Amino acid sequence: MKHPEEQILQQGDPDTTGHIWDGIKEFNNPMPRWWLWTFYATCAWGLVYTVLYPAWPLITGATPGVLGFSARAVVAQDIAEFDALNAPIRARMEQVELAAINPADNPDLYNYARQGGAAIFATWCSQCHGAGAAGAVGYPNLLDDDWLWGGSIDEIHYTISHGIRNQDDPAAHYSQMTAFDDILTDAEIASVVHYVLNISGQAHEDSLAATGAEVFLDNCAACHMDNGMGDRFLGAPNLTDAIWLYGGDADALEETVRHSRFGVMPPWSAAASDAGRLSEAEVRAVSVYVHSLGGGE
Amino acid sequence: MAILDRHKKIETHATLLLTLSFLVVTIGGIVEIAPLFYLENTIEDVDGMRPYSPLELAGREIYIREGCYVCHSQMIRPMRDEVERYGHYSLAAESQYDHPFQWGSKRTGPDLARVGGRYSDEWHVDHLTDPQSVVPESVMPPYGYLADTVLRPTHIAELMETHRLVGVPYTDAMIEMASSDFIQQATEFGDPAVVDRYPGAQQRDFDGNPKVTEMDALVAYLQMLGTLVDFSTFTHEEATINR
Repeated sequence: MKHPEEQILQQGDPDTTGHIWDGIKEFNNPMPRWWLWTFYATCAWGLVYTVLYPAWPLITGATPGVLGFSARAVVAQDIAEFDALNAPIRARMEQVELAAINPADNPDLYNYARQGGAAIFATWCSQCHGAGAAGAVGYPNLLDDDWLWGGSIDEIHYTISHGIRNQDDPAAHYSQMTAFDDILTDAEIASVVHYVLNISGQAHEDSLAATGAEVFLDNCAACHMDNGMGDRFLGAPNLTDAIWLYGGDADALEETVRHSRFGVMPPWSAAASDAGRLSEAEVRAVSVYVHSLGGGE
Repeated sequence: MAILDRHKKIETHATLLLTLSFLVVTIGGIVEIAPLFYLENTIEDVDGMRPYSPLELAGREIYIREGCYVCHSQMIRPMRDEVERYGHYSLAAESQYDHPFQWGSKRTGPDLARVGGRYSDEWHVDHLTDPQSVVPESVMPPYGYLADTVLRPTHIAELMETHRLVGVPYTDAMIEMASSDFIQQATEFGDPAVVDRYPGAQQRDFDGNPKVTEMDALVAYLQMLGTLVDFSTFTHEEATINR
């Protein structure tokens, strides 16, 4: 291989740039035309763009562009457009009696409520009640027919509108179980736990359950009723079925008796509270959806 | 050509090349960045914004420490689907006291810009302790140790002074009362002075444990996110100018 300084230009080679670095010379090849013209075209488009769209910063603001584009105006327009499309059916949604939103009387409205309600549920409700509405420990299952505050369409609508035990809506369902830790003795707590195990059909000690029956009547029956079937007016759960919100084994029951529980649900109706995020039509749609899941009364 | 000959002088003189390159980059930077400090729609003022309360600020530090921003953005973009899911699109003014801001374009989890008030405190504690217990399909790791770590307001006043240094308008009274406000905000029926100093601040025992823990601070922060601006009185025209 020849030393670079000895390289000789061949005939037909382009000119060099004239730069020599450590003996290396550089051919002065022109840019490919297609590349050069693409470059000029993008420069031209760049200038046109700054005229059409907001671009150059001035003293108080940027040039608005002759097209008047604004990301905020576009989103406002998008929302207005879909609101307008939905307005007629939403208006009907609010007028028709809740119970009449069913497949027989109003099939189109029912379909709209089911589909829209499912989307609302996925966005706002699924985090607590689960994507499939099966709930979690502390968050009720909405698929079964065991309701704390009532399972008719109107009762579901009320619960969704106002929520439960929240501070934002004075009309929210409210009740508070007593924490019996300081009220009952350890022996009384153990006995009433076994009484509840008994009435819910679980393994228990008969002697403890027998004394527990009296403790139950004195302390628990006011809300959970003499037969332990609960009271929906107070949101007091039925203790005789095998459905538990916080667990039904002896440990979970003892924790509940000693320290009580205080499940909270936010209010969703924007009309009922500042904290509400859903319109009346949306609350109604998701009520119909929840009612239709299987447990609706 | 004469001008190219002069260019050779620059190319062959390292110091000159460096100085002139720096000058060009500086001009480019000023043209791009400087307008953001005076253009009215980037510094729009909206009602309701206030600096973070000491407890919220401490919660924000934990949010950053735990890397929540790696999966969660705090920026609702102005698009219909985002607005339907998360609420009103975020305004620049809502991040004006954020140092650093928590915007982002990658979401493994949902956007949190308006998560405040969306769930109960108990849900947040359950979810942070064991995310899969409430959202089985979630890939979020557990943060239960936050509830076990007692948080003391030892350095909160210094932290607020640092934020004041970069432009957050904390008053002398706010900094003087920082430790007290920190504790009182996490106390059920605590001193209401904290709400006077920080309008809209929520005051209660966030984690159900009388001690002030990192969980209290983080939940207090999450529960105030996006709740300060009242969007029922906010109009698009008010926020946009120069048209």
